[in-house]
Amino acid sequence: MSIRAVATGAYREALPAVAASAAGGLVAGLLLGGMRGELRAVPGLLVLVPALLATRGNVYSSLGARLGSGLHQGLIEPHLPLDERVRAAIAAAIANGLLASTFAATAAWVVLGLIDYPVAPLSRLVSIAVLAGLLSGVVLVGAVLGVTFLAFRRGLDPDTLVGPVVTTTGDLFGLAFLVLAARIVLLGGG
Amino acid sequence: MRSMLPVLFALTLVELGSGLVLGTFQRTLLTYPSLLVLVPVTIGSAGNLGSILAARLSTAFHLGVLSFSPTDERLAGNALAILGLAVTIFPAVGAGAWWLASLTVGARLAAATVIVIAATAGVALALVAVVVALTATYAAYRLGLDPDDVVVPVVTNVCDVLGVVTLFVVVAVVV
Repeated sequence: MSIRAVATGAYREALPAVAASAAGGLVAGLLLGGMRGELRAVPGLLVLVPALLATRGNVYSSLGARLGSGLHQGLIEPHLPLDERVRAAIAAAIANGLLASTFAATAAWVVLGLIDYPVAPLSRLVSIAVLAGLLSGVVLVGAVLGVTFLAFRRGLDPDTLVGPVVTTTGDLFGLAFLVLAARIVLLGGG
Repeated sequence: MRSMLPVLFALTLVELGSGLVLGTFQRTLLTYPSLLVLVPVTIGSAGNLGSILAARLSTAFHLGVLSFSPTDERLAGNALAILGLAVTIFPAVGAGAWWLASLTVGARLAAATVIVIAATAGVALALVAVVVALTATYAAYRLGLDPDDVVVPVVTNVCDVLGVVTLFVVVAVVV
């Protein structure tokens, strides 16, 4: 294959996913603009936003890359019921997501305290981060499985699709569930 | 997946840096709502481009068909595709952000300004994404790590942080 053939192939395969992801990202931007109330009520939440959104992307695009390599190597089958390798990878991804969310909230609280920046109580930040992590984790596992399995069955390369799909679903549901989690925790007086 | 946890924690700290940059930048973002709408999409698209390249290189690596040479067709062709995607996507993203902001919260910058900001930041970020993805895949290969665990997260996060910083610099210059 020539450089031009590789470039054209990769461009054509990636463009629809990247464009759809950009459209989703614009909607995420509107959500970010709409959560100013929660950001004011929970000082430190804005500083936490990139870390929480990135955690979703990291954990679940690694899950997707792992499933993609497994499918390419013929180690896993792209259908239900899920085989044991896939179930173990899902459980590990959710556990990693919750641990990283807890760590992010704690680290943000410590850093903001050190630089004397107004910050909400630790219990409130951690509750919001964990609740949002759990809710978005369930949605993202579904998205990753759907995309990798369907793409592979149709002869497309899951590697090209899974990154953009996870980042976009992660940003949209990440922000939406972050607002929801903040409201629930604030209502519960946490 | 356990090998991933230390990487995840390190990346979280990197992203907190990005959050702090966002914090200092907050006043400008609130003054110009079309720039606020632009934040997640600029960062996300840069991360996407980097992670597409990284995932493709990782799979080629697992299949044993990748060589780390500038004349390798897969390497050069995929890198070229990423730059082409950035040139296609980012001007449209700028127009979209301006339009959405003008429909909802109100746009205070000219459409052309927002498009120039998005396009400049986007192409700069695509160059960064290519360099970061190549470096991370090569480093994983040299260190004997599984690129699936390490490369995609590292590339996405570095692109996220540099995305915030790049947007910050471009806005500071243009606005």
